[in-house]
Amino acid sequence: MNDLDRHPVYMDHAATTFMKPEIMAAMAPYFSRYFGNPSSLYRFARESRNGVDGARRQVAAAIGANPEEVFFTAGGSEADNWAVKGAALANRERGDHIVTSAIEHHAVLHTCGWLEKQGFSVTYLPVDEFGRVDPGDVEEAITDATILVSVMTANNEIGTIQSVAEIGRVAHDHGALFHTDAVQAVGAVPIDVERMGIDLLSLSGHKFYGPKGVGALYIRRGTRIENLIHGGGQERGRRAGTENVPGIVGLGRAIELATADIEGHNRRIAAMRDRLVRSVLGSIPDTRLNGHPTERLPNNANFSFRYVEGESILLLLDARGICASTGSACSSGSSEPSHVLLATGLSHEEAHGSLRLTLGDANTEEDVDSVLEVLPDVIGRLREISPLTPVRARIPEVD
Amino acid sequence: MYTEKVIAEFTNPENVGEIADADGVGEVGSPTCGDIMKIYLKVEEDRIIDARFRTFGCAAAIASSSMATRMIRGMTLSDAWELSNADVVDALGGLPEAKVHCSVLARDAIRAAINDCRTRRGLEPRETGSSRCGGGTGCGSCPENG
Ligand SMILES: Cc1ncc(COP(=O)(O)O)c(C=O)c1O
Ligand code: FES
Repeated sequence: MNDLDRHPVYMDHAATTFMKPEIMAAMAPYFSRYFGNPSSLYRFARESRNGVDGARRQVAAAIGANPEEVFFTAGGSEADNWAVKGAALANRERGDHIVTSAIEHHAVLHTCGWLEKQGFSVTYLPVDEFGRVDPGDVEEAITDATILVSVMTANNEIGTIQSVAEIGRVAHDHGALFHTDAVQAVGAVPIDVERMGIDLLSLSGHKFYGPKGVGALYIRRGTRIENLIHGGGQERGRRAGTENVPGIVGLGRAIELATADIEGHNRRIAAMRDRLVRSVLGSIPDTRLNGHPTERLPNNANFSFRYVEGESILLLLDARGICASTGSACSSGSSEPSHVLLATGLSHEEAHGSLRLTLGDANTEEDVDSVLEVLPDVIGRLREISPLTPVRARIPEVD
Repeated sequence: MYTEKVIAEFTNPENVGEIADADGVGEVGSPTCGDIMKIYLKVEEDRIIDARFRTFGCAAAIASSSMATRMIRGMTLSDAWELSNADVVDALGGLPEAKVHCSVLARDAIRAAINDCRTRRGLEPRETGSSRCGGGTGCGSCPENG
């Protein structure tokens, strides 16, 4: 059988997840039977309203919040934009300074960049070689003008998990708000907004087996924040637009499932990931694991293979039925490879040769075997083509 | 995003390797993505009898090197000099706009190898001109495209 005819081995769950059947089943009636507008007054619309309310309780329960503190959005990017722009604009008379990290998702970084054009000043904190933000650096960066600290819970490229509770404490000690982008963390890092001192938290349904285009922003009661989407009075006047009822219902069911047994889920996924990492490092020379050795998402493996380029790796893997991603500049046609990998101190060449494999609930040990079978061959072929490969790292030619 | 032809050329590239007693070697780096292409020529009289490459770069760069080396085999040096990146792109059945600069890399590497050959023969290197694709394709490589 041709590799392509087979079901692909999907190892790109940080990009997006498949939807679990029970989540689709929960959504289904809200496309058809309960199509009413949750804002309508007749009894028929009540089921739609109930669906949204139920999902709000599910999200709140998963992160230790009150349902009134959960606001639905059209995904993680909107939640990040709302949190950062909304907090900045609402607190402008108190100060104009924001502290964030160099490895945030572009939904936060580009939002900060836009705010700089509006006159705010932003400190982009460096990270160590493992991608960790030092809470001491946060403390040092904070000034009297600091109104917001935004540091992600876990990174989407290298999986590094931050000391969120400590950073939250530092922010609060200095009277700044604390936002965390938890888009990649939900379902892998237990979240308690109270214990972790979080004022604003972004999440997104399609990263934990829910639907795409739906997310939520947690806003601690009493937090000063401007609206982002103006219009009707939905979401208690905080976020306009007729609710994506099936999506919201799916998000609620998805977060409930994803947080039911985080520890068990992590153990199972990390066991496969650890074997993958060990075997790749053991079988392919001149390879490094990017990110933190232990403080990382259980499903994330990010490698740099010297002498080769990521997009080529990706496409050869694709030809053999494996879906993965890379931080190479070539993959985006831009001049800079991943800002995250560069921030951890990797050279351009190392960042260029990066490969991210992120496991998920449907992956099996056989999938790991497939990758372990194909990857050394792919790297070997590309190293044969590359002018950078030293002779010792070339596969001896068989004539 | 790539055509079947590009994928086929990339997954089974021809002319990978070096020529130990090459008459000309050209190495160029892409200003856009930092990638590197190295082309080796074996020349008899004025004709290229063998061309090989090594490339550190994306699928488009590898496919372009493979295609370009195939195209210049058997050509005279002056014909090979005239090979444009658009000829390579055409032979590949097209490249995405953001990847046109990868084909420019192949043209530049060939010209660098030809000039190396000329220098070794005691001739003046030819003016390589700008590393433009002549396209206005918006790939980001040309200064006017930012
Ligand atoms: C860390 C992080 N933040 C934000 C986002 C954006 O989320 P969405 O795709 O739902 O807009 C992503 C998704 O790629 C992410 O990984
Ligand atoms: S060589 Fe890097 S984008 Fe093509």
